[in-house]
Amino acid sequence: MRAVRATAGAEVAEATGAAEVRIVSGGRVRGMGVFLVLLAALAILGFVLRVPAKAHATFLLTAPPAISVAPLTMSVRWTAGVLAVLCGALGVLLVVRRQQRGAYLLFGLGFALFLWAFLVWAARGAQLNFVEMLVTTLISTTPLVFGALSGVMCERSGVINIAIEGQFLAGAFLGAMIGSVSGDLWLGMLAGAVAGGLFGWLLAFLALRYAVDQIIVGVVIVAFCTGLTNFLTEQVLTPDQTTLNSPQTFAPIAIPLFDKIPILGPVLFDENIFVYLAAILLVVVHVGLFRTRWGLRVRAVGEHPRAAETVGIHVLSVRYRNVILGGVIAGIGGASFTIGSVGEFSSEMTAGLGYVALAAMIFGRWRPFGALGASLLFGFSVSLQSFLAVLNVGIPSPFLAMAPYVITIAVVSGLVGRVRPPAADGAPYRRE
Amino acid sequence: MRLELAGITKRFGTLVANDHVSLTVEPGEIHCLLGENGAGKSTLMNVVFGMLRPDEGEVLVDGEVFRPSDSGEAVRRGIGMVHQHFMLVPLFTVAENVVLGFEPTRRTGILDRRRARSEIARLSEEFGLEVDPDATVESLPVGVQQRVEILKALHRDAQVLILDEPTAVLTPQEIESLFAIVRSLAASGRSVLFITHKLKEVMAVADRITVMRLGKVVGTTTPGESDEGGLASMMVGRTVELVVHKEPAQPGRPVLRLRNLTVADERGAVAVDGLEIDVHAGEILAVAGVQGNGQTELVEALTGLRPVVSGSIELDGTDMTGSSPEEMLRAGVAHVPEDRQRDGLVLAMSVEDNLVLDVYNRAPFARLGSRALDVVHANALEKLSAFDIRASSVESPVSALSGGNQQKVVVARELSREIKLLVASQPTRGLDVGSIEYVHRQIVAERDKGVAVVIVSSELDEVLALGDRIAVMFRGRIVGVVGPETGREAIGLMMAGSGAGAEDVGPVVPAGGRAPAGARAGRESS
Ligand SMILES: Nc1ncnc2c1ncn2[C@@H]1O[C@H](COP(=O)(O)OP(=O)(O)OP(=O)(O)O)[C@@H](O)[C@H]1O
Ligand SMILES: [Mg+2]
Repeated sequence: MRAVRATAGAEVAEATGAAEVRIVSGGRVRGMGVFLVLLAALAILGFVLRVPAKAHATFLLTAPPAISVAPLTMSVRWTAGVLAVLCGALGVLLVVRRQQRGAYLLFGLGFALFLWAFLVWAARGAQLNFVEMLVTTLISTTPLVFGALSGVMCERSGVINIAIEGQFLAGAFLGAMIGSVSGDLWLGMLAGAVAGGLFGWLLAFLALRYAVDQIIVGVVIVAFCTGLTNFLTEQVLTPDQTTLNSPQTFAPIAIPLFDKIPILGPVLFDENIFVYLAAILLVVVHVGLFRTRWGLRVRAVGEHPRAAETVGIHVLSVRYRNVILGGVIAGIGGASFTIGSVGEFSSEMTAGLGYVALAAMIFGRWRPFGALGASLLFGFSVSLQSFLAVLNVGIPSPFLAMAPYVITIAVVSGLVGRVRPPAADGAPYRRE
Repeated sequence: MRLELAGITKRFGTLVANDHVSLTVEPGEIHCLLGENGAGKSTLMNVVFGMLRPDEGEVLVDGEVFRPSDSGEAVRRGIGMVHQHFMLVPLFTVAENVVLGFEPTRRTGILDRRRARSEIARLSEEFGLEVDPDATVESLPVGVQQRVEILKALHRDAQVLILDEPTAVLTPQEIESLFAIVRSLAASGRSVLFITHKLKEVMAVADRITVMRLGKVVGTTTPGESDEGGLASMMVGRTVELVVHKEPAQPGRPVLRLRNLTVADERGAVAVDGLEIDVHAGEILAVAGVQGNGQTELVEALTGLRPVVSGSIELDGTDMTGSSPEEMLRAGVAHVPEDRQRDGLVLAMSVEDNLVLDVYNRAPFARLGSRALDVVHANALEKLSAFDIRASSVESPVSALSGGNQQKVVVARELSREIKLLVASQPTRGLDVGSIEYVHRQIVAERDKGVAVVIVSSELDEVLALGDRIAVMFRGRIVGVVGPETGREAIGLMMAGSGAGAEDVGPVVPAGGRAPAGARAGRESS
């Protein structure tokens, strides 16, 4: 049956219904399937055939306080073989099924199976603490989530924020200093938020009021924040390290009962406040953007500001508000570097993660949970890299250090394909 | 509600777009605003709607001075406006667009989509405006987008409704239903300000008519006191030939051959379904049909903008199936797109650059890899006078031009190359009578030079005036190819899919020589 578009509403409705025949199929879905099949082949070649039959790998699955779970010892050949076959089967399924719906889920599953096979291979003849690996993943992911959410807030309203890296540094620095001087970590977090918000405001002010190119303002803010924090660290913090740069870090908060869940309990429910905050913000921003009046208006401003203006929405105020809020979020993310984990500020400690967060936002298609996916992938790769370094799998360490970036780019570019930013992203807006 | 404009003056730099304009719209009145392209109609309406601040003069609502600082204020005061260029967010659904700015929410601040949908359903039913509230606006044909715009204004309970060229993109049936809506709005005591270039519509719907020229009001009249010819000359300041003279076509070799052409729309559904037709050199094939029956997709396939699913496109003996837009362009295909702002112009670029978008990198507009800006400039000045494009300067961005003048920029550019095939979708959308006369003459002149011409128009008058043969499309197929002497009634029936006269849809021999010498150019009343 063929559905042809017609003007009558009823017919339009019919055409959008299930009766539609697709003659253009999702080429990307097929691409994902082929990718999985290739991974499966790689796994069989690398992790099954070239491994001694008696090799075993042991995964430790317990970290306190969860109920202890016996270590899992597996035959490398068998486990990796089964996993690879499953992964390949999912790939074939994707190619055959060709349906858009559920494709991402299947792909994610297939990729996870491949990673598992890889881990089994890497841990052959040794032990790998899987739970700790997940914990490390979460720690590397958290600041990225803040950064990416900051990007989502700004860009959904039509302002490009590549200053996230600078806002991270400002938040990390001020968070550490205020947290240290006052001895109150909450005050430190607040200071981080204020620092980020301030630079958000600066971006908004220059980009919206004077229509300065947003990319240039962003670059300038990053350069400024880097220089300023370097200078202040050297001149102010270092001479008086004990008073000015020795904040405590937020202690983990165990959520009663949940933290006892085997395996996942200690990973998800025994973390510090930043992790919980990131999770809450994630949901809040997502629901806000896609379910509320505020979000509808923000997206309208990012897509078609003039249309928004004709219905009485103040384009510039929406943008101001969002860019400042975005700065606040990035500032809190920055504070998580110092008072969330390390416990002191050091020069350029964010190491470009602000840009990684920006990339995660783009890979995540300007959606909070998409960005979370990309951030998690990056975080997992970082953790993988550090564990592999310990396991000594024979990959030179510079290559291991590259791995998170390579994996993220490879997976995400295959998975995401063409992305479409908000239509008015980066374009200055003037009332007539 | 009574709307009064008292001595409104609006200047853009040295250009006076509105020069002490005064007019009154009474409650329950349908007031038509007429005027040539660039006369200042849209500017005036933007002043009323709070998008522009007047330099002099006042707007009065029910006798009170009203100075809106933004359009939100105008909307809250009961003024609704459907803009000439739609103000819809393409990625949003119909429902989201309609409620934007006035969203129903639950107590938690969450959007109440169900209520939005039911409000739209109620309005749709009340005014006969059928749309699917969950469709993405981007995927809708312009005619339906128009309906969304009207729903948007009605949703805010507008007491004064400004419609800026609402019929430019509608089919005859849609126009009839729009008129019914407008009349019922007026009957309920609302006032309607209606801008159009179609004199027939003015005569049909107006209670009073105000005519503008060069920013000034040149007169106010009623349909009873005036006729189309009189209105036309009042508007343009000269007698307009409403009849474009056209010799019988002399069709030559087939230039465009479509064989079993099948094209899909965005959603992957079949939009053009096994189309077969030849278009010959020196003839105009007019494609008629209700919008959304595959015309858009057909034009996009012909110009390389949309992939062909199966079948072939042959241009002058060469197979061009699957060619890129650039290859099509180089092969001698000119394209006047349906949506000038999306596909025809780079709005932020200057008029002179827009006039050479297709040839900017070729001689004489480029020499040794660098652009010849003086030639570009001279070319623009020449086109401006030839096509009577009104712009304050050729360096100003094309977005500052009035809608009709933007259209003329597109037409001027496309007709200034050596071409074999002209594909024009709604070529006179938004043009005033004088400009329509001019563009029609140019199209006929191209035909007489031996160009094959495909015109897609939802306007029957234009189809009848220009077409040497008329192909009627319905649900992606050509249901018949007839001569222009066929009555409007018969073509109307074919457009609705019934009573297809000529079922033989293969390459039909052109009905050359049967066109009435001097078909009437689009203004006649049927
Ligand atoms: N933002 C602007 N900046 C500069 N000039 C402008 C601007 N907007 C409109 N103009 C000029 O003002 C004049 C009136 O334009 P307007 O859009 O009101 O014409 P119009 O009567 O609506 O014409 P049309 O029938 O073609 O839509 C035109 O000459 C146009 O170039
Ligand atoms: Mg106009």
